[in-house]
Amino acid sequence: MSPAAASPFLRIENVTKRYEGTDAPAVANVSLDVGRGEFFSLLGASGSGKSTLLRILAGFETPDSGHVFIDGRDVTDLPPYERPVNMMFQSYALFPHMSVADNVGFGLKQDGMPKAQRTKRIEDLLDMVHLGSKAKRKPHQLSGGERQRVALARALAKHPKLLLLDEPLGALDRKLRESTQFELKALQARLGITFVMVTHDQDEAMTLSSRLAVMDHGRVLQIGAPNEVYESPTSRHVAEFLGAANLLDAAVTGWASGIATLACDGFDGSFKATAPSPLSAGTRVAIAVRPEKIRLCGAADDADNKLHGQVKDVAYIGDVSTYNMWLAGARSLRVQTTNSKRGGAMPASGEELWLSWDAADAVVISE
Amino acid sequence: MSAHKRPISPLYVMLAFGYAFLYAPIVLLVFYSFNESRLVTVWAGFSTKWYGELFRNEQILNAAWLSLRIAVVNATFATILGTLAGFVIARYKRFPTRTAFLGLMSAPLVMPEVVMGLSLLLLFVALETAIGWPAGRGAVTVTIAHITFCLAFVAVIVQAKLASFDRSLEEAAMDLGARPWKVFCVITLPLIAPALAAGWLLSFTLSFDDLIVTSFTSGPGASTLPMVIYSSVRLGVSPQINALATIMISVVALFVAVSGWLLYRQDKAKRA
Amino acid sequence: MSQPRAKLPPLASLTPYLWLLLFFAAPLGIVLKISVASPVMGQPPYTPLYEAGQWLINWDNYRLLFDDGLYIAALLNSLKIAAISTFVTLLIGYPMAYAIARAKESHRSILMMLVILPFWTSFLIRVYAWMSILSTTGLLNNFLLWLGVIDQPLEILYTTFAIHLGIVYSYLPFMVLPLVATLSRMDLTLLEAAADLGAKPWQGFLRVTLPLSLPGILAGCLLVFIPATGEFVIPDLLGGPEALMIGKVMWTEFFSNRDWPVASALTVALLILLVGPMIALQSLRKREAAADAKAATP
Repeated sequence: MSPAAASPFLRIENVTKRYEGTDAPAVANVSLDVGRGEFFSLLGASGSGKSTLLRILAGFETPDSGHVFIDGRDVTDLPPYERPVNMMFQSYALFPHMSVADNVGFGLKQDGMPKAQRTKRIEDLLDMVHLGSKAKRKPHQLSGGERQRVALARALAKHPKLLLLDEPLGALDRKLRESTQFELKALQARLGITFVMVTHDQDEAMTLSSRLAVMDHGRVLQIGAPNEVYESPTSRHVAEFLGAANLLDAAVTGWASGIATLACDGFDGSFKATAPSPLSAGTRVAIAVRPEKIRLCGAADDADNKLHGQVKDVAYIGDVSTYNMWLAGARSLRVQTTNSKRGGAMPASGEELWLSWDAADAVVISE
Repeated sequence: MSAHKRPISPLYVMLAFGYAFLYAPIVLLVFYSFNESRLVTVWAGFSTKWYGELFRNEQILNAAWLSLRIAVVNATFATILGTLAGFVIARYKRFPTRTAFLGLMSAPLVMPEVVMGLSLLLLFVALETAIGWPAGRGAVTVTIAHITFCLAFVAVIVQAKLASFDRSLEEAAMDLGARPWKVFCVITLPLIAPALAAGWLLSFTLSFDDLIVTSFTSGPGASTLPMVIYSSVRLGVSPQINALATIMISVVALFVAVSGWLLYRQDKAKRA
Repeated sequence: MSQPRAKLPPLASLTPYLWLLLFFAAPLGIVLKISVASPVMGQPPYTPLYEAGQWLINWDNYRLLFDDGLYIAALLNSLKIAAISTFVTLLIGYPMAYAIARAKESHRSILMMLVILPFWTSFLIRVYAWMSILSTTGLLNNFLLWLGVIDQPLEILYTTFAIHLGIVYSYLPFMVLPLVATLSRMDLTLLEAAADLGAKPWQGFLRVTLPLSLPGILAGCLLVFIPATGEFVIPDLLGGPEALMIGKVMWTEFFSNRDWPVASALTVALLILLVGPMIALQSLRKREAAADAKAATP
């Protein structure tokens, strides 16, 4: 059940944007719906078009073609100052010559809110982000985390229908980022405002979003809930961008009730992987299997897929260990195991082991 | 660590020498403005009589007043025009004849003054012959000439400021509901104000100090301060000019001290 | 569906454009025109370019520049004086700039301010200050006499030496500022890398610092050389009658001889001489601005 289907609050329809002097469009024929109250993320590497799409939503860029609807209204040609949308900038864009309170109250002042009411609203907002005591400070007198909260309060001041966040946590250090993630999510749930966030950080997107879209070269590759996209990537790029993935080139030999039988290039035997839609024999595909889905054991078990390999190197990270496994034909696979027992014995470099995984834990990616 | 590893100290000697070279003539000028004797080089006791004479010198006072008015009008117009030009250079990367525009904006910065002065005079004469304006030459033609070379300096300063300007500040204001004109007044203008002030002051100084372009484009009855100083010093050293120089230097020094103090305070507040 | 289009500047921004076309470009055209006119008595004191159905182009003014040794000598002398002065300014300015660029960050702005400060006081008065120092009864001569180094006052004022001194003094800030800009932008770990690879401090300077500061050297030299070539005040107040510089000759031709066509031809000749350095300076500025813009964006 997709919340977007229930009531498309934000609808992006065939939007294309090409910057002058460039060949490839920054955004190429993107369509997607975001439901009311969703926390939606646009995830992609730099240059994937996610920021341009966000700027189109804010009204800083006009698409060459296509339309943007917010709450049923076509806002494509509306200037930024007339849109019911506010944005939290990557650089925060706090006005350096104004106090924290004036920054937060800027939008309210533009709306002509009376002073008394405005003061009250600013106070509430600053309390909400725990900055009540710093209202009179200038932005340069604040820490990075405090600035981030001022930017958030400023963007929320006008009760926008839609809040856009451009890498909202990108400038914070790792510790602060983790704690802020949860605050941001709690805030969004409490306020019920629709959030659209741009990020290149997959962990951030997975933690925060109800749904996300993976973008590359101006196109949307896949849309879905974080677990859907992670567990069932539909393209090589998504599989590799979102977490780590082992990709094995293969040819389909058969298909029955959601499971494909495959022949893997360079390996003997047959392999099985999940494929929701029917595939005809001979189709070239890739099998994607996540490192943590592979088991390592001393003897071959009765799993759907088995390979024999040798430990090339081990990276002990603490909670998990990652193994680089040599396979036949000078190829390697990545395997990750959880160190759930204290002092448990670990395979050492050079040890020969069996790798196995079930059909349900691998997916077929058709190219 | 051996001493030859740090070749810094002779450098500081050079620096001290450089500053002495820059400032010694100015200091001497100020010192001898308080000399009793008419001969600038012979010390005959402390006196402020040259200041008294200076303030009774109608010609110098009138010239100073004229220069001041021209400098203020010039600086104001040059700042407005130069700011417009700076915006076009910084914000509009593609428009027809942009290259010509850039050339036109930067050529006055490097043009020898004699060339600008002569060519402007020839234009004014040609215009007068053709359309009867400007009728004769004086404060108006001098001001036009000054604006012409000052606006390019302002454009450079404003353009540099805008190049380092964070555009997302303007976008943020627009996003929060401010219309473009409002954004300009509330965000852009206050943030580039230091550049405008610097441009205004530079234009004022260039104009107040200019001799060559002024001499070409001025006419009878419109003698500016540099013109009067020039005709006076051509005849030799004069204690009154020393007194005048001292006053001008004091004004600049006072101004620099005050603005330096303000900047220092601002800086301290920033760090607090 | 809208086509992507270049944003055009608003109409108001045409004002500075038109202003410079009218008051900067057009005058240069007029100079060109008058340089091929003939002098006449009257107002304006030159013949029209086109009259009674025929073009009146008079190349005599340019011919005169070549025939009369005075003008060629003045042009060459200006270039020579400007070149020597520029070199001396560089010799004094480079160590100063180097010391400023390597000074503590907190001191640097004050040291820079001290270099700029004289620029804000009247140029004319700074040149005048040297008159009272250099004259036969001036401070320098008095001092030398008092020391007993000389027993007759030296003729320093109204010599070519005084012109050089005046130019070096007046234009020193123009040399120091661009040099400080390039030198302080330099990554000092480069010198450590050079030292690590075996370069002695002077080798590090010659092979790393100096080449890296070349744009600053070039900019500084052009900033001094161009105005010095057309200088009028300094040769007029500090130089002797034999010190012919082109700016002074133009001035005399125009104000004393009232020969506008010859003055115009001289102006054109000066422009032709300086157009190369001026274009070089512009392209240097553009490159510096691009480098700065790059440094500004992370």
